[in-house]
Amino acid sequence: MTGNSDGVFFLTGKDFANAGSASSNLKGILEKRGIPAEIIRRASIAAFEAEMNVIIYAVAGMMHYTITPETIKVVLQDMGPGIPDIGLAMQEGYSTAPDYIREMGFGSGMGLPNIKRNADKLTINSVVGEGTTVEFVISLERSGR
Amino acid sequence: MTLDDIKGILGALALTGRGDMEIDIGRAYCADLMSDVLAFSVTNSLLITGLTNAQVVRTAEVADIKAIVFVQNKRPDIQTIAMAEAKNIPLFVTELSMFDTCGRLYERGLRSQMGPTV
Ligand SMILES: Nc1ncnc2c1ncn2[C@@H]1O[C@H](COP(=O)(O)OP(=O)(O)O)[C@@H](O)[C@H]1O
Ligand SMILES: [Mg+2]
Repeated sequence: MTGNSDGVFFLTGKDFANAGSASSNLKGILEKRGIPAEIIRRASIAAFEAEMNVIIYAVAGMMHYTITPETIKVVLQDMGPGIPDIGLAMQEGYSTAPDYIREMGFGSGMGLPNIKRNADKLTINSVVGEGTTVEFVISLERSGR
Repeated sequence: MTLDDIKGILGALALTGRGDMEIDIGRAYCADLMSDVLAFSVTNSLLITGLTNAQVVRTAEVADIKAIVFVQNKRPDIQTIAMAEAKNIPLFVTELSMFDTCGRLYERGLRSQMGPTV
């Protein structure tokens, strides 16, 4: 499959039964396009961490993806508390997750660092009391990494 | 080491019916923190964990983990098992502790993402 494709998944805060299904669907779409498994894994891991953050911290949000022959771009936009200090949130191990999230295996403060590690470009914009937008891009060209 | 070998070494029970038991598992990773799994596990490996929620199967799916062993007889609910079936990720449960599960597999030659495989 070539050319461009895009789509959107809607996310509901605290909907843990479906948490991860958007990233799972995105993974399936990338597989259908025949993108190399190593790149799919990076995109899926980054998308899953970002999706979990919306489910954990926000009220609602959406994941929008755009795939071109050159890049995979994923934008997660949420309505939620926002991130007061993005630099702090990016630090490995920093987390404000409550105990019940930790008991689920999340909230170790590695989510945003994991996104950064897997993406070629990461942009975070946030307004406290309104919401957060996390955008990451993964290059499909061989020179990408 | 095949899935069948792992099942035998751990005296484990298969919770899923599908999946090829002859799949070769070269590496294993053990954690209850899913972000650590996402950061440090390698593809086509075995995940050993004490957590049984649906996000564990999602984590395995996105990280290309081949199979999951739940320790200390902890079992996921039926929806989580069904999701693993659908994603073709075999699930096993063992009565062994996390320590003994890792110890027995290590003894038989299974290694993490870091060390050399035997
Ligand atoms: N979408 C979001 N909305 C509000 N806060 C967020 C969001 N994503 C991340 N955060 C904040 O950034 C912190 C670090 O996020 P992350 O690195 O994913 O670690 P964790 O989710 O394990 O705490 C979170 O604990 C939270 O305070
Ligand atoms: Mg997180």
